[in-house]
Amino acid sequence: MSLTELISLALAAILAENFVLVKFLGICPFLGVSKKTDTAIGMGLAVVFVMGLSSMVTWLVNEFLLLPLGLEYMQTVAFILVIAALVQFVELFLKRFVPALYTALGIYLPLITTNCAVLGAALLNVQNERSFLASTAFGVFSGLGFTLAIVLFASVRERLEYAKFPKCFQGFPQALITAGLIAMAFLGFSGLQVVW
Amino acid sequence: MAELKNKTAQTEATAEVKPARKSDPRIKEIILNGLIFQNPILVLFLGMCSTLAVSTSLTNALGMGLSTTIVLICSNVVISLLRKAIPKEVRIACYVVIIAGFVTIVELCLKAFLPALSESLGIFIPLIVVNCIILGRAEAFASKETPGYAALDGLSMGLGFTAALSIMGFIRELLGAGSILGHEILPVKATLIAAPCGGFLVLGTLVAVVQYFRAKPPKAKKAEPVEAAPVEAAVKGGDEA
Repeated sequence: MSLTELISLALAAILAENFVLVKFLGICPFLGVSKKTDTAIGMGLAVVFVMGLSSMVTWLVNEFLLLPLGLEYMQTVAFILVIAALVQFVELFLKRFVPALYTALGIYLPLITTNCAVLGAALLNVQNERSFLASTAFGVFSGLGFTLAIVLFASVRERLEYAKFPKCFQGFPQALITAGLIAMAFLGFSGLQVVW
Repeated sequence: MAELKNKTAQTEATAEVKPARKSDPRIKEIILNGLIFQNPILVLFLGMCSTLAVSTSLTNALGMGLSTTIVLICSNVVISLLRKAIPKEVRIACYVVIIAGFVTIVELCLKAFLPALSESLGIFIPLIVVNCIILGRAEAFASKETPGYAALDGLSMGLGFTAALSIMGFIRELLGAGSILGHEILPVKATLIAAPCGGFLVLGTLVAVVQYFRAKPPKAKKAEPVEAAPVEAAVKGGDEA
């Protein structure tokens, strides 16, 4: 994979086709854990980590297990199982060997199993027939895109905490409208690509 | 009687459902909960990813809503049947596998019989697996109740999801593409509403409207007529859909 390919993949995954704001993947944690900037950063890092790993593992599972056996239609089941198991293993591993990282990511890890961005990245990799390297890179970059979006969103929300809203807009609608405005800003990146 | 009085004093939510005069009050409770009082999208805020992504047109919204409903009913029934067999420690993994199995069935059926819909919903069909509504109902309802109630809960939650999704789809298709079900109606288009950011804005406004109606009556009168407002709002919404 050449450098230009890598850069264009990164641009697409982080800005032009941001997972959260353009593709609508991973909205639940995006809205759920974005009240404070530091928790948002924690969640973002956990997602980058798991998405990179799961993109690798699901690629291997697909290439060496599902395709040779002609079981492509089992992709959804196989991938979600692999992701669930992977998250569990990562949790155990970190708890045992990197306790500092575990305490930092701790509560976010189990939540990631049901983060549709992780499964979405795996399915998109298969759909676009990416190579092993490209799949891994896509996983990591998409995770970074998620992190960017959630950190931006959390910092805006922190500042909005004391803002006055009409009563019916308080709480969830206010968060949605804020996210909508950020998404509108990201609309400006659409069509962005590297020309070579 | 005393117990009933107590309940009425406590919360409006339980008070509304108690005086049901059907043979089985739980049936009415489950149906109303799914459709209105605990509507998965507008009240519980579950299943946001698919809600925002596929609500660009009414057709997509209906397709997604009904697919989710089918998966929800099937998984609820199976999980309810297996509720005593599944060990507590690995229950989430078991639920996910059961749900993924049904999602695969729905996915293959759509591909075979409705290829156009399957194409436009794309990756969001397999992503029904991680829709929080399904796992949420499995954990909160199906794992504790008998299969009959679980099926009913799946149906009402699924239809509540479909209804809210269809309202979104209707608004976004009408304003964003100027059409309904593919037929052109309006000469003007606000493409921003069909763009990704439109999803957030429309849903935000919709939830605000629901919250407005839910908050209004207690100011005017006392606790009893509260039930009128959400029902009215939802009926209005149903007409639109």
